[in-house]
Amino acid sequence: MARFLLRRLLSALPTLLVIATLAFALLHLTPGGPFDSDRTLVAQIQRAIEARYHLDEPVWRQYLRYLNDLAHGDLGPSFTYRDTSVNQIIAQGLPIDLAIGGCAIGFALLVGGAIGLGAASRPGSLRDRLPMTLAMIGISVPSFVIAPLLILIFAMRLHWLPSGDWVGGSWRHLLLPSLALALPYTAFIARIVRASALDVMGNAHIRTARAKGLGDTAVLLRHALRPTLMPLVSYLGPALASVLTGSIVIEQVFGLPGVGRFFIGGALNRDYTLVMGLTLLYGALIIVGNFVVDLCYAWLDPRVRLNR
Amino acid sequence: MSPEPRHQALLSVRGLGVFRPGPGGEVAALRDIDLDLQPQECLGIVGESGCGKTQLLHALMGLQSGNVRLAGSVRFRGEELLGASAQRLALVRGRRLALVFQDALSALNPYLRIATQMTEGARAQLGLSRRAAWQRAATLLESLQIDAPARRLRQYPHELSGGMRQRVLIAMALMCEPDVLLLDEPTTALDVTVQAQVLAVLRELRARSGVAMIFVTHDLGVLAAIADRVAVMYAGRIVEQAAAAHLYATPRHPYTAGLLHSMPRLDTPLDTRLSTIPGQPPRSGATSTGCAFAPRCPLAHERCTQLPVLRCADNQFPANGTVACHYDGPAQGLREIWP
Repeated sequence: MARFLLRRLLSALPTLLVIATLAFALLHLTPGGPFDSDRTLVAQIQRAIEARYHLDEPVWRQYLRYLNDLAHGDLGPSFTYRDTSVNQIIAQGLPIDLAIGGCAIGFALLVGGAIGLGAASRPGSLRDRLPMTLAMIGISVPSFVIAPLLILIFAMRLHWLPSGDWVGGSWRHLLLPSLALALPYTAFIARIVRASALDVMGNAHIRTARAKGLGDTAVLLRHALRPTLMPLVSYLGPALASVLTGSIVIEQVFGLPGVGRFFIGGALNRDYTLVMGLTLLYGALIIVGNFVVDLCYAWLDPRVRLNR
Repeated sequence: MSPEPRHQALLSVRGLGVFRPGPGGEVAALRDIDLDLQPQECLGIVGESGCGKTQLLHALMGLQSGNVRLAGSVRFRGEELLGASAQRLALVRGRRLALVFQDALSALNPYLRIATQMTEGARAQLGLSRRAAWQRAATLLESLQIDAPARRLRQYPHELSGGMRQRVLIAMALMCEPDVLLLDEPTTALDVTVQAQVLAVLRELRARSGVAMIFVTHDLGVLAAIADRVAVMYAGRIVEQAAAAHLYATPRHPYTAGLLHSMPRLDTPLDTRLSTIPGQPPRSGATSTGCAFAPRCPLAHERCTQLPVLRCADNQFPANGTVACHYDGPAQGLREIWP
């Protein structure tokens, strides 16, 4: 187990290096620089700024300098937000994204799982068809449509929840964004769980359990639940990552100071360090997500060995 | 075991039918099944793949899938099981009737240890403690000649060999000391040596505990080694039923004769081709009003468009068995009909 953890940790490093290199190369290949603007600056000032951010050095030196900073856990200073480091931006914005994302995934798991199991218990009934039709709509409608709709209903009409005006720290501000983010995942999870549960209930080993004279509850909990969850686990890894990237849109709609809007702003302003830092952050989150999935698999399924 | 009048069958099946919904209305997977199982008896059921053998076993235990309709009657010691409540069935399953499933790998839950799967039935049905159930499981595994049972119990199904898994399934079915053991092709997936081992174990079990068995297989050779009585199934019906020795010596149905004829024998010359019954069994759902075997039968005759009913094979000796065939000539004649 310890060897597996160590190996996975080490194998994540080259992946991150590749991500960093690609992000660096793409950004420097993109025309325009962080300090190009319509107004032409005095040449002296322009040079002074470039020297401050080491942009006057050859690209390979900048690359090595960046890697060196990375190795020390420093993502560098933001080019656009003066006197702010990328580390600070992430430290401020990420908790908000994690809160929304965590709430969204939690909601999606509980509600989607319950709907899926309910549908599977009576396939073909109204309890199955109605939620599954809604789920199909939920999957198809993008979040930038769902979010304004939610605002329209819950904020503008019913005045139950605020539509934006984030002033820091109120859970009421996080409810609508979490819900908007959660709906497509809820729908997807409901469909996955339904399909999986129906599949598992037809398995031969479920019949064996019933042949022992076990009650429905024992059959469900002891024999059907775990295999039903397996496809969900493999879906959750990528979903965890995409919940965080998906929140970019939600942040914009609800005006939340998460990491996502810096990502867009950074890309538009050629804020090299900010974009590279956030790309690495998302990469790391995906790696962590997949790692957690592997651990869950090994924990749930005795046939999976971690030592390989 | 409670004392019983000798004439009363342990398990008595009358007119059992299994119908599943099909595109053009209901399709019969099984029809007009009459069977009696006496205490301590081993009844063999033989037939081709798809003739309804497994359906029959599942129907006896009420394990058919949801959209299937059953008809007829299944009585265990006089108690009707067909249409019985879930609570009644739960009391019978595992404890009175226990089923050894085909395909041991998929019949075992891959996520649970052998111990959990073996003991849960006995703990729920007999209220055994964890320790007592574990002890019984270990003893059973040992009696089925599985070495290091304590270690096996801690393992998962994928860590055992095919033969071991099959024996685990048998041991699992024996956990509650059932009155009837239903065996669904318990030796089919095994190689010949393990097959012989499992058969020996089952024979020993019968001698020791006197458990009654219904042994389903497509292998007449296996049945010869264990069955007292054999029922031959074709296309969802029983076409012949007789004492094993009698059936092997003088088959009364052309299909039985064909099955016996197609068995390779040690004394046939090496260059002889194996003999087969030409043609295919009817597809499930094919509706014919006459004898389902007629299209493949060398003795087919106009009267075969009428469905033959099960009748005494030999009017002078009704105990010799029943057959569903219009042919009433001498049984010896059936030997020569297959090339």
